[in-house]
Amino acid sequence: MANRHPLFKPLIFVGGLIFGFGLGFSHMARPEVVLNFLQFEDLGLVFVMFGAAIVTGIAFAVMPRIRDSAPLTGDAYRRRLKSFDRNVLVGGAIFGVGWGLSGICPGAAYASLGVGNVTILWALAGMFVGAYAQGYWRSRTTDVEPAAAGAD
Amino acid sequence: MVTEPLVLQTAAELFPQGISRYAVGGLLVGLGAVVIYLGTGIAAGASTFLESTLSYVSNQSRFQQYVGSRDWRIVFTLGIILGATLFAATVQSGVITTSLYEAGTTGELYEVGGITLWLTEVQPWRLFVGGIFVGIGTRLGKGCTSGHGVCGVGSASKTSIIGVVTFILVAILTAQTVAFLGVSP
Repeated sequence: MANRHPLFKPLIFVGGLIFGFGLGFSHMARPEVVLNFLQFEDLGLVFVMFGAAIVTGIAFAVMPRIRDSAPLTGDAYRRRLKSFDRNVLVGGAIFGVGWGLSGICPGAAYASLGVGNVTILWALAGMFVGAYAQGYWRSRTTDVEPAAAGAD
Repeated sequence: MVTEPLVLQTAAELFPQGISRYAVGGLLVGLGAVVIYLGTGIAAGASTFLESTLSYVSNQSRFQQYVGSRDWRIVFTLGIILGATLFAATVQSGVITTSLYEAGTTGELYEVGGITLWLTEVQPWRLFVGGIFVGIGTRLGKGCTSGHGVCGVGSASKTSIIGVVTFILVAILTAQTVAFLGVSP
């Protein structure tokens, strides 16, 4: 981790720039637009998520076949696969309540700040409070279980 | 107009702002994720930043597991913020005009140093309380709109697809209930 390729962070930054520009351009960085989508007043937002998923889907499908590893990390190209358990449903539902109430998700909140929406700091503060609360609680509960905590 | 084909009428009702702004924005979001993936093999999500950044100030084991990635996640988030600022300074400010962009009427525009910026009218309590739920839910549920929605769905991950369906359905229910109770904006 310590000896990353010198272009590692610049590349992450450039990727973030494009990502954030897209969130601004699509208006997903505006809570109003997300709420209009969820209230069925403007369904355009489906094109943001599916448009993005199609682009990543092509890369995730093609790259593992044409190259063994990524140039800047040496890591193998893999798909993003996470194990399924009850937390996916419980967490998804809790996230849904928050997204439906506020109209903002983490990436869009960062972009929202970038387009000048200082009011979104309320949402970012809330997200850190929520992330801290679940982390505090889950650190406790896993520490109680014997041999659950890995050393890494 | 009676003569207007029904398909066009329906499209105009479902997509009053058109679809190009959304589709182009979505392609760019995907492209940003792909640039990172091509160079590093990382399928990045935006919400891990919340926990990885907390590792700087808290020794809880949940946060410490992200120490290895916390630096680049800050770089990623700064990129997102500045990319959106770049959008504000160009397209939103009218310096770059394109027929693919629909400006819309949501929120409030204001100007600082020649750059057109934007402010939400959604009430702070909704943002703050909603934000708390987002912070708990995305971390417990293993991903957010970018991790599950963009990279997970792009990976055809069943876990992510179930996660996305869950949060979208609950969000629709929540937003409609809140609107029904008369809370606006």
